[in-house]
Amino acid sequence: MTTTAHDSVELVDFDAVLAAYDPALGLEVHVELNTATKMFCGCPATFGGEPNSHVCPTCLGLPGAMPVVNGKAVESAIRIGLALNCEIAEWCRFARKNYFYPDMPKNFQTSQYDEPICFDGWMDVDVDGETFRVEIERAHMEEDTGKSTHVGGATGRIHGADHSLVDYNRAGIPLIEIVTRPILGAGEKAPAVARAYVAQLRDLIVALGVSEARMDQGNLRADVNLSLAPKGSGTLGTRTETKNVNSFRSVERAVRYEMQRHAAVLDAGRSILQETRHWHEDTGITTSGREKSDAEDYRYFPEPDLVPVAPSREWVEELRATLPENPTEKRARLQSEWGFSDLEMRDTVGAGALGLVEETIALGAAPQAARKWWLGELARRANDAGQELTALGVTPADVAAVQGLVDDGTLNDKLARQVFDGLFAGEGTPAEIVAARGLAIVSDDGALSAAVDEAIAANPDVADKIRDGKHAAAGALIGAVMKSMRGQADAGKVRELILAKLS
Amino acid sequence: MSAHLPEVLTRSAADLADDLASGATTSVALTRASLDRIAAVDGAVHAFLHVDAEGALAQAAAADERRAAGQPASALDGVPIAVKDVLATRGLPTTCGSKILEGWVPPYDATVVAKLREAGLPILGKTNMDEFAMGSSTEHSAYGPTHNPWDLTRIPGGSGGGSAAAVAAFEAPLALGTDTGGSIRQPGAVTGTVGTKPTYGGVSRYGLVAMANSLDQVGPVTRTVLDAALLHELIGGHDPLDSTSIAQPLPGLVDAARQGATGDMSGVRIGVITELGGDGWQAGVQERFRESLDLLVGAGADVVEVSCPSFVHALATYYLVMPAEASSNLAKFDAMRYGLRVLPEGVASPSAEEVMKATRAAGFGDEVKRRIMIGTYALSSGYYDAYYGQAQKVRTLISRDFAAAFESVDVLVSPTAPTTAFPIGEKVDDPLAMYLNDLATIPANLAGVPGISVPSGLASEDGLPAGFQILAPALADDRCYRVGAALESLLVEQWGGPLLAQAPALPSEGASA
Repeated sequence: MTTTAHDSVELVDFDAVLAAYDPALGLEVHVELNTATKMFCGCPATFGGEPNSHVCPTCLGLPGAMPVVNGKAVESAIRIGLALNCEIAEWCRFARKNYFYPDMPKNFQTSQYDEPICFDGWMDVDVDGETFRVEIERAHMEEDTGKSTHVGGATGRIHGADHSLVDYNRAGIPLIEIVTRPILGAGEKAPAVARAYVAQLRDLIVALGVSEARMDQGNLRADVNLSLAPKGSGTLGTRTETKNVNSFRSVERAVRYEMQRHAAVLDAGRSILQETRHWHEDTGITTSGREKSDAEDYRYFPEPDLVPVAPSREWVEELRATLPENPTEKRARLQSEWGFSDLEMRDTVGAGALGLVEETIALGAAPQAARKWWLGELARRANDAGQELTALGVTPADVAAVQGLVDDGTLNDKLARQVFDGLFAGEGTPAEIVAARGLAIVSDDGALSAAVDEAIAANPDVADKIRDGKHAAAGALIGAVMKSMRGQADAGKVRELILAKLS
Repeated sequence: MSAHLPEVLTRSAADLADDLASGATTSVALTRASLDRIAAVDGAVHAFLHVDAEGALAQAAAADERRAAGQPASALDGVPIAVKDVLATRGLPTTCGSKILEGWVPPYDATVVAKLREAGLPILGKTNMDEFAMGSSTEHSAYGPTHNPWDLTRIPGGSGGGSAAAVAAFEAPLALGTDTGGSIRQPGAVTGTVGTKPTYGGVSRYGLVAMANSLDQVGPVTRTVLDAALLHELIGGHDPLDSTSIAQPLPGLVDAARQGATGDMSGVRIGVITELGGDGWQAGVQERFRESLDLLVGAGADVVEVSCPSFVHALATYYLVMPAEASSNLAKFDAMRYGLRVLPEGVASPSAEEVMKATRAAGFGDEVKRRIMIGTYALSSGYYDAYYGQAQKVRTLISRDFAAAFESVDVLVSPTAPTTAFPIGEKVDDPLAMYLNDLATIPANLAGVPGISVPSGLASEDGLPAGFQILAPALADDRCYRVGAALESLLVEQWGGPLLAQAPALPSEGASA
């Protein structure tokens, strides 16, 4: 990789950045649609498959092959646009974006240029109880490229690799690119706004049912644009575009990092190079990619092999009627239904757990229990692993099943945590893990009663206090019983038994 | 020359279809006759890049079985055909006349080729063409030029010189061509054959290796107007794989050709395009054109002069739109997935970009490179509006000229090409002189309207064929066939037989020219 002088700057303290500069944010999010077939041909658009097994003359760009627009993808694009309060074009065209790259079969990407299907929208984003209106410039349709694997070399990038392998299964999968206008005035909250925008956008995409929207699988990919301007100047500085920042947490970190790096470059009296940068998840820094100035000329022109897309107003209105509930109104409704405090709700949204909690509750868990698992135990594990909650591999169904086992007395919270260990280790369903690990609470009263008798006998002083009515002292005996039962007892039941025996 | 040839070679496809239907001949006999003729004369003509004798005979045998069982797949079942090498043919090489596709065998059929197979037409082989259809003489083929059967030292037109020469030399009764700026009609004119460019969207382009997607059309190359109508009806119609293909059914083309052949033109209003003639146009070509017009008037047509003022900008417009689209289309030829791969010399471990560059440098000819450069420039940021954008506006003006003209006339006519066939080598180093050949044919491509070229006779100066072009409004291809068939029947009566009967004999031993 090329290291420029800009890569080796000493970062400026975040508060010092804010004292001198106003940040301007911009986000470009690519959403891979979950249509059955690709954007311009009948090949399956499913994830995976043997390399180069989901291909045909069209998505391989063979001489003579032609594209045909996937109507379902147009429908999904319009629904996304409507959910983002966009105008829907009455007439728009696809355009060719010309550049050479081995994973692009035609050496042009069929995209949209100056006639996007959706434009001029907005989304309200909540950060710590404050609402930021993010303006959506456009959402347009395009096709994905193939996937290159660079073999050999130190960086895993094309430069320095011995050779590269290309899988065209992904080539032609429908993408919607959603582009914001510059987000100004977020100040210190710029990193959090960026994260919240992407998280809320993902919730919306999931609610629309148009994509799997898994960032870890690349269904949802964010590019972060950032620039700094002298504080109060009201101008826009030179921006950098950090590519493929693939988790909510990384979006926040990348914005923060670029703010600190830009400030360092500017403070040193140098200027920011307009360029693409790569985000490094492991080290939490960005490095220079390619320069993106006037060297990039994509020579866009309307795709002559496709007829214009002209969605009728009747169809657009039919699609509007299929939209899910507005996310802001939905959050208010859920908070009231679940009885969450403002803080609890804010934490849930902030952790990107709203959808997970909602699904868990829908599967039968009590709201507080669902919240407790996702924002407690599971958030901790996600944080330790540097992963998103959605990427943990634990589903709302798993959490609801575990909580169900707690509710019916099979597990207590401590044992439940061991079930999660089993889930992470891929040991099967919660019920299978309970059985395999022998985790169930001992409900045999005989064994439990004997353990309680033993604890009373071993702690006569404590037993006397309880007999005198000091029930709070029971905790010490409960602890002893739980220890001797190796945790496999219901603490409430133990307490009942102790009090019954000593009253 | 045709007087000396067996009738099986000189009869029209319509007549051959009748012979097959009556059992007077077999598809194997027809196909073998064509293959023998190719073996005898194609060394001199070089119309074919690839001949598939085995495949064609197998298809002919299958056609004969269907005929014997009383279940022909179509009216033309068993009539052999040649296919321009720009159309993808499953299992048969498809080079587009370019080194960069040498050896490429498509895994799929173009829709028109699939239709030929379904209809039972044995495919004799693939015909020569200017590389990627870029040219008006077939001299830009990477595999050597095709020679005009009328005079082997002359060009057969282009880009579809191979298809036109194959039909003119009686190597095939039918052929498919493609027309982006005149590549069916101009070769038709200079070889004394018939060629139609259908309404844009009338015939599927799926499997046609695009030069300029917004201009390209597949069409018939034949010896008679009726044959063209039969083939056009067979290949035309909506294709779900080509979203620019038109959903509505074609008008009755064969009926129109049969009606025209009666020679009655009463009530037909013909407009002569004033901009397409005059200075710079060969006198003999104009003379044959005027005579043809007089025949139509004699048959009852009303003829008026019509001005299409924007047509003077058509050539300039074409040479922006076409290279712009071509520069993007040809980007896919990068040595990564198929075709030629050339490693750069003296580079130990070349990058993908270096391999692309070396391959494209070696694999593309000069004319292709010239158009890639012009097109890339025309689309570049800062130049787009002045070139590509402006060209699209002029295109609209040309369409408006057509629309205005068709308010007062049914068809527009002109000579198909300004001159007869010129000697091989004369214009190959003078691109602008070469481009002028398409002056009269380009407006139809820019506006998407149909056109046909019908032989008008031999120019007095050089005794070489000239063409008469008939243009109609979009979707009114039937008018081209009606007027074309009328002119053909009047002229054939005057000549006492088809024009091609006057062509000189070819060296029959396959000696090279």
